This record gives sequence, C-alpha cells and structure tokens, in this order.
Amino acid sequence: MHSSDSRLNPSGRSSALRRSRIARLAGTLGLVAALSGCNTVVLNPAGDVARQQGDLVIVATLLMLLIVIPVMAAVVIFAWRYRASNKVAKYEPHWDHSTQLELLIWAAPLLIIICLGAVTWVSTHLLDPYRTIGRIDRATPVSANVKPLEVEVVALDWKWLFIYPEQGIATVNELVVPIGRPLQFRITASSVMNSFYVPAMAGQIYAMPGMETRLHAVMNQPVQSMGFSANYSGAGFSKMRFPMRSVPQGDFSQWVSAVKAGGDKNAGNLDRAAYLALEKPSEGVPPTRYAAVDPALYGAIVDMCVEPGKMCNSEMMAIDARGGLGKAGIRNVAMLTYDKNGRSTARQENATPDAAVRRELAWVRALCAQMSGTVRDGSVKAPDDLRSLSGAGIDAPKSIGLTLRDDKASQRTAPVSLISRN
Amino acid sequence: MAIEAVINHSHWSPLLGRLGLDALPQEPIVMATFVVVALGGMAVVGALTYFKLWGYLWKEWFTSVDHKKIGIMYMVLGLIMFLRGFSDAIMMRIQQAIAFNGSEGYLTAHHYDQVFTAHGVIMIFFVAMPFVTGLMNYVVPLQIGARDVSFPFLNNFSFWMTTAGAVLVMMSLFIGEFAQTGWLAYPPLSNLSYSPWVGVDYYIWALQIAGVGTLLSGVNLIATIVKMRAPGMTMMRMPIFTWTALCTNVLIVAAFPVLTAVMTMLTADRYLGFNFFTNDFGGNPMMYVNLIWIWGHPEVYILILPLFGVFSEVTATFSGKRLFGYSSMVYATLVITILSYLVWLHHFFTMGSGASVNSFFGITTMVISIPTGAKLFNWLFTMYRGRIRFELPMMWTVAFMLTFTVGGMTGVLLAVPPADFVLHNSLFLIAHFHNVIIGGVLFGIFAAINYWWPKAFGFKLNEFWGKVSFWLWVPGFWVAFTPLYVLGLMGVTRRMRVFDDPSLQIWFVIAGIGAAMIAGGIGAMLVQFAVSVWKREALRDETGDPWDGRTLEWSTSSPPPEYNFAFTPIVHDIDAYEDMKRCGVTRPVEGFLPIHMPKGTGTGVVLAGLSTVMGFAMIWYIWWLAAIAFVGIIGYAIAHTFNYKRDYYIPAESVAETEAARTRQLAAAGA
Repeated sequence: MHSSDSRLNPSGRSSALRRSRIARLAGTLGLVAALSGCNTVVLNPAGDVARQQGDLVIVATLLMLLIVIPVMAAVVIFAWRYRASNKVAKYEPHWDHSTQLELLIWAAPLLIIICLGAVTWVSTHLLDPYRTIGRIDRATPVSANVKPLEVEVVALDWKWLFIYPEQGIATVNELVVPIGRPLQFRITASSVMNSFYVPAMAGQIYAMPGMETRLHAVMNQPVQSMGFSANYSGAGFSKMRFPMRSVPQGDFSQWVSAVKAGGDKNAGNLDRAAYLALEKPSEGVPPTRYAAVDPALYGAIVDMCVEPGKMCNSEMMAIDARGGLGKAGIRNVAMLTYDKNGRSTARQENATPDAAVRRELAWVRALCAQMSGTVRDGSVKAPDDLRSLSGAGIDAPKSIGLTLRDDKASQRTAPVSLISRN
Repeated sequence: MAIEAVINHSHWSPLLGRLGLDALPQEPIVMATFVVVALGGMAVVGALTYFKLWGYLWKEWFTSVDHKKIGIMYMVLGLIMFLRGFSDAIMMRIQQAIAFNGSEGYLTAHHYDQVFTAHGVIMIFFVAMPFVTGLMNYVVPLQIGARDVSFPFLNNFSFWMTTAGAVLVMMSLFIGEFAQTGWLAYPPLSNLSYSPWVGVDYYIWALQIAGVGTLLSGVNLIATIVKMRAPGMTMMRMPIFTWTALCTNVLIVAAFPVLTAVMTMLTADRYLGFNFFTNDFGGNPMMYVNLIWIWGHPEVYILILPLFGVFSEVTATFSGKRLFGYSSMVYATLVITILSYLVWLHHFFTMGSGASVNSFFGITTMVISIPTGAKLFNWLFTMYRGRIRFELPMMWTVAFMLTFTVGGMTGVLLAVPPADFVLHNSLFLIAHFHNVIIGGVLFGIFAAINYWWPKAFGFKLNEFWGKVSFWLWVPGFWVAFTPLYVLGLMGVTRRMRVFDDPSLQIWFVIAGIGAAMIAGGIGAMLVQFAVSVWKREALRDETGDPWDGRTLEWSTSSPPPEYNFAFTPIVHDIDAYEDMKRCGVTRPVEGFLPIHMPKGTGTGVVLAGLSTVMGFAMIWYIWWLAAIAFVGIIGYAIAHTFNYKRDYYIPAESVAETEAARTRQLAAAGA
C-alpha cells in the first residue's frame, strides 16, 4: 500500500519514514494490542493529520521506551540483587563516584532527547495547524488548484456553530465534510475559551472570543464520529458535543442542497438577529440547519460587533492607531461594551441604539471604514514538497501578521491591527 | 438552570453585602456534609474543652515559633486537607462512573464543577504545599545543625496565613459556593460576566492569603539555609534534601509574586472594572494563561524537588551507602530549577502560537528530562553494591522510581506539540500529572513521613499497617489511572460530567475501583498512625538514630530538644553524622552554656485571623468589615513591633539536665 511513496521523496525515501513504519508496526503490536477491544480513536483516526499525530505519539513513546525499559528493569534487578539479606552481593559503602558512569547517565538521556527534539522540530512545523496541508494522504499530494473547503466555526454557550461561506449555509451541532478535500477551519468563540477538537480528524485548537485560530485538515474515509469542546467552558460544557460526518464529495453536495432546500431540522436564515438569539446560553441543542447565512456574520462575530449598536474591535483599534480620541473617547465606551457586567445587560444596551449612538457609529465608520468585520488570514503555506520531512526547506517561522509581507498581500489593504501603533 | 441560579444572587445590602440566606447549602449532599462536619467539629471542640486542652494547644503549639512544631502543624494541615481533597476525588469518580446512558449522575453541573475545581486547588495549594513546606520546616534546620529558622515568628505567621487560606476554601463549601472554573480559573470564564457570584472570589482571596504565607516561608528558609549552616558545612557539603529545599525556596520566591500579581489583576477586573483579561476594551485572556503558567510550571518543581531530596536521603540511608554522584545530583537540581522557568508554554501549545515557539518550548521541556533522568540513575547506582533494607521509606522510594518513570515518559510525550494537540486536556493528561504528582510528590511525602516520624515523635510507625497502606496505594494508583490513559487515547476529555458513549463506562468503573483501593490505603495509613501512637512504647526509638542515618538530624535525640543541638556540630563531610560515627566522635556531656531561644507569640494567629475576616468580607462585598479588618491587620502588625519580649535563655542547668537524661537514655538503649 505504500508503493507510491517514492513519488513524494524524489531524493530517496528518508529513513525517518521507514523508521516510522517500523515504529508503527511495533506500535501496533505493542500498544494497540494492549488496547484491543476499545476504540482508541487518537491512535487510529480517519483523517490524515490526526493519523500523523497519532503516529507521532507512538514513535515518541517507542523512542523513550529505549531508555525507560532498561531503567525500570535495572531498578527491579538492583533492588532484588542488593537486598540486605543477600550477603553474596558485593557491598561497597564508600563507592560514590565513577566518571564513566556519570558520562553515561547524562549522555544516554541526552541522545534520546536529541532524536526526539529533531522529530519535534520537524513535526511541529509540518503539523502546525495554521499551515495548509501538503498532502491528502501518504500517497497523494494536494494539487495546486484545489481550493480548500472553508468552514467557519463559532463556539457558543454551549453549542457549536458551523458556517460554510462557499455554500452559504450554516449548521449548529452538525459538521459534515467531504472526504479527500483539504479543509480549512477558521475558529472563534462568542464568550469564553473553548477548544475545537474532532479526534478522528485532527488535533485541537482553542476557540477564543474576539480572536481567530486556524486548523487545516482532511478526512480520508467516510466516518461518523464526534467532535466536542476540549476546554472546560462552564455549566453546559459536558454536552457541548456534535456529530461529525465525512462523506464522499457527491453526498456532500447533496447534503448542501438538502440544507438549502430546507426541511425538518431547518431554522431558516441565519442573520444577525437569529445569531443573537442563538448565542444565548443553552445546553444539549439538537443539530439545526440554516438554509442561508449573512456573509458578513462571521467577520462581525470575530470583531465582536454583531449587535446593531456595538462598535467593532477593529474600529476601536483604528481609532487607537490614529492616536485615540483622548477624553472624547469616553463617548465610545457604551458602544464598545461587550460582556461587561453580564452579557444580557450589554446586549440590551446595544440592541436598540439611540440616534446619538447611531450618529457616533456612522462617524466612526466613516473615519475607518476599510476593515470593519473582516478577519485577516493567518494561514501558513504548506511546504512545496515533503522533502522537508528531513528538515530541509522549511520556511522561516512566520507569525500570523508577517504573512502579509508577501507580494500579493501587500496589494491588499493592511488590516488595521497591523497599522503601526508606535 | 444554572444561569437563573446565578442571577438570583444579585442582592446587596450595606450591612451584609451579598450574604443572604441563599448562601446556605442548597444541595442535599452539601447539607448532609454540613451537618456531619458541624457535629464532628462540635465533638472536637467539646473534647478539647472537656480535657482542658485549649491552653496546652495555644501555648505549646499555636503560638509556638519552634520550627519542629510548626513543621508538624503544616503536616497536620496537609493531612486534613488531603482528606477533603480526596473526598472530592471520590465524588468525581462516582459521578463519572454512573453518568451514562442518559443518566445525569448524582451531581448537578453547579456542584460537580465546584468539586473538580476544589479538588485541584486543595490538592496543590493546601495539601502538597503544606506537606512540602512542613517537611522543609522540620528537617532543614536539623540537617544543617541550626537551632531554628532565621525568622521564627515569620515562620509561625506563614503557617497561619496558609491555614487562613485553607479555612476560606473550607468555608466556601458551606457558605456560598466555590469557583466553577477549573483549578487555574482561566478568564473570561472567571471574569465577573461569566462567574458573577462568590466562587471565584473565594478562590482569589484563599490563594492570595495563603500565598503570603508561602512566599514568606520561602524567604525564611532561603535565609536559614544560606546563613545558618553549622561550621564546616560548605554549600557542597549540604545534605541533598537541604539542597533541594534551597532550590525549591528560590523557585517559590521567584514564582509566587507572579501568582500574586496575576491574582491582583484578576481582582482588579472583578472588583474595580479593569480590563486586563476581559473580552472588552482590549483585555486579553491569553495574557492570564501565560502569566498563571509562568508561576504554574515552576510550582510543579516546587512540589517535586524536595521529594527528590527525600528520595536521595532515603536511598543512601537504606542502601547503607554514600549517595552516588553527589555533585551531579546538585547540578541536576540546579539545572531543573533554571529550566523550570523556560517551559511554561507547553501547557497551551493549542492556543495558537507559531510552530517555532511551540517547538522551542517543547524541546526545553524535553531537556528537563535529562537532569531528571540523571537523578534517577544516581539513585539507581546508589542502590548498586549497597545493602538495601526494605523498610517502609525504601519501599515507597522503589515504588516512586517505577511509577515516576512512566509519568515522566508520558510527560515528555505531551511535550511534543503535535502529540499534545491530540492529547491536550484529555484524560491522558490527567493520568500523566497524577502519575508524577502521586507517584512523585505523594509517595515522597509517605516515604518522608515514615522516615522522619521516629525523629519527630520518638517512636517508629507500625510496619504492618504501613505495608497494608503501601500495597493498597501503589496497585490502587495503577488501577485508578491506567484507565484514564486509555480513555485519553480514546479521545475523552477532562472535566466531563456526563457521557454519551456507553463503551467508556467500564473504564470509569475500573478507575473507581482503583480510587476505592486508594481510599483503603488512606484508611490503612490513618490506622497506622493510630496504632503507632497506641503502641508507642513498643515502637520507641531510644537512640535517636533508628535507621543508621547519615545526616545531622539523626545525631540528636528523638524527639529533639527544643534547642535541637546543645552544641553546634562541626561538619567535615557530606554525610556529617555518618562521618562522626565512623570517626568515633563522642557526644559532649558537660560544659553546657545557656541557649538563646526565640519566644512564642500569638501575633501570627491574630494576623491570620484578621486576614481571614478581611478575605471573607471582600468575598461577600461587606466593605465596612473588610476595612475594619484591614486596619486591624496593619494596626496589630505595628503594635507587634513594640513587643520586646521576643527571646529568652534556656539556663545551662536545664540544658545539662536534658542532656543528662539523654545520656541515661542512650546508656539504657546500649548505644
């Protein structure tokens, strides 16, 4: 099944790959045999990214067992051999130093850590959730013209909202994705920190209000699985779970059409008002579908200005970037309030802006209209070829903001948050 | 449901603040506990009154500045809080074992979320910390040949501040609520908007007040170790336990101010409308996560380092052999101390830092395993060519070596960021840190208690019940936590209250059985203490050196006299007492001089009591009371500076008497 691997490794198969296969074999024998009978989804997932992460768990464990097993054996052997009742064993009460042994006991763990450190450096870069994926599976690289499926994820109290901008639909507590197509998740939250985690698909990443995190993944087999929040977020946390299905492309298109056509689970159009109703805390919400969605909604959620009378974060930052308003800025405080003193209070204040607030907002938006409600792209490109598995050709680290320094991006308007604020 | 419950608590009156009838226990389980605790408490108070013990306790213990008594009081505090923290653990295990197939279990979210938060807070701050501080307090001055710590009153004050924090946490069980945020209270969840009632405030004030105690005791022990070592004890002749205690206290002094600062910022957010960590106005919760772990990661080394010291002492003593690689042990400890500040980000690889940042912190974390591994090898080669006596402390040490190695391995695994992405916040993580904290810290505490008990009380602990406890604890640990490793690999996350996948239940049931075994182990340990006190005459240690010890604390009587050493010992070797025994140094029996000693004071109790009142008043927004208590603290502290009766001399005759009694005792024991 790995016959086509060499395509990916023109310079000859790296030994790392071969090792990892041996490792996986041994791991299958060891760990998985021990855990037979239970569904260890982390070690045996259906998505390629999670697969690689699971393999890494096994490789790292085996590397460490190289030293851990001899040490544990030695503890037992020494404890037995040098027990007080065993008078034949040698007794040297003043022997307390040996340079050779000292060298060994510092060098042996050091060597293991050097290996593991190398594996860590390479795998952390390759499996960076911000990096677009470079392959569909072991044998198939992502071709240049494939556009990833974008899903915008919002962690609400206590349910998950998924917006499919390309399809113009949205769902609550139901994630359906096509197999074999790269997936790009843009993740945020409405109130507190959560962590977006579908073990069958890829590792988790936090979902945080007013911010966006990224996750890139792909599903390789049709499965029905579960996703959930992996970071405690309050009373309804335990039930903050959703079914995840990966389906063939055709079925996915059908599902999209079905959502658009409406039907039993359909809740209509997800506009700002519907979102504000949805956002209120609730537990154990059944899967719900929206046939249409306001395209600016997700941006407004990240910018924390879905409510009509609320000033966007980006607007606040634009004002501050221009030096702020000084004392006059105090007039904006009410418009900026998001969850101070409880969300419900803030929501009421922002729900029906009076004429003065509306004038104020119009003035602010005229001052800094370029960015409100849009989110900058924090993705990192996948490496062009997987030779970088051997450590070669990995891009210099790029933090989120620096991505915009490339040529194409410089033609775009810089987001306000990147404008120098001294 | 929880939401409405929260909104109902919004009343406030100038006299009682937020305090009202709704603060009393509402849930039947808490009410029952309240009744039991109230009855138990009344029984204890009644018994103390009946046997007229209050005066004795006040004079001999509460106001004592003797480091030995304070050390023992820390251990008692740790033990009591351990029972509370463990009941929380049992409640969680039962809830998770039954909340399947649509069952909600027996705990509401409001209750369950407090239980796991309290479990974490109590076990770290009010169990592990008092145990560790108590050990250092008791052992360090004896090991370095000192008569007390540098600042004896400060020591008493530190203890009572720690106790005040523990009292506030216990109060939250019956008056109001505790935080429902997880033990580190991440905002925005811990902000006023999402935790509007008193839970997080209890958390903040308990930690702030106890933190004062921890920090001051850190300062105290550093000064003691640096300034009060016996003549001849150079840094590189200090016992390893003292070395680890020094490093731990350096960590405390450097790390706890960060906790104080971050708690102060959270307080400002909650009380004064600041926006350090809110969603509003540019506040940034990620900053809190960073800050709290900049304290939090050193904290785990604060806990484990002294126990590494204990294992070193125990291994050398019971192998009848010098510790292998003393200097490499010292350097390993120092390397760990420094590296522990360079790894905090590994607690949140999943927050979205870039790959390079994540790799850096992943690799620094792995690097810590090198000195730790070196330590393990050192213990191993100390056992090599030794004569190992498997007394209880040594049994715990071997159990530690086997258990901790596995915990260390899973820890390094979690330090690989992509592996952490799939295991972060999972039960695998829970299994990992219990593996190192129980297998390292707790086993170490048990080794230490069995090891130094004869020194503290003059009789050994009962071996039979000690072994029962050991054989319930160690297998019980593995039965309780191996299922959590498996569940983590099955993608089960932590802090869950109910489950929808019935195939998981069996694992939680097994874990529950393990917890029951551990409960048996704890029970056996309490029986061990009781039986040992009961049969103390049979277990009496007349020599002061029941284990053929190697360090100075074994050169004095068990229990040591108030002044520890009639003459300050002179040190010529690393294992000072072993060296004295080998060279045939005899105990001086005449020429005693009056000994200058510090005098007890009730100021520590009063200041900590006032701090408790102030914390309580701040929690409930009873501003007038908080103000009075605050003024009281400052006023009393100033008044205390005018107390000039702080010291006294033990006359030479009474020293001679004590030492003569010891001479007779040694002669009777045939030593």
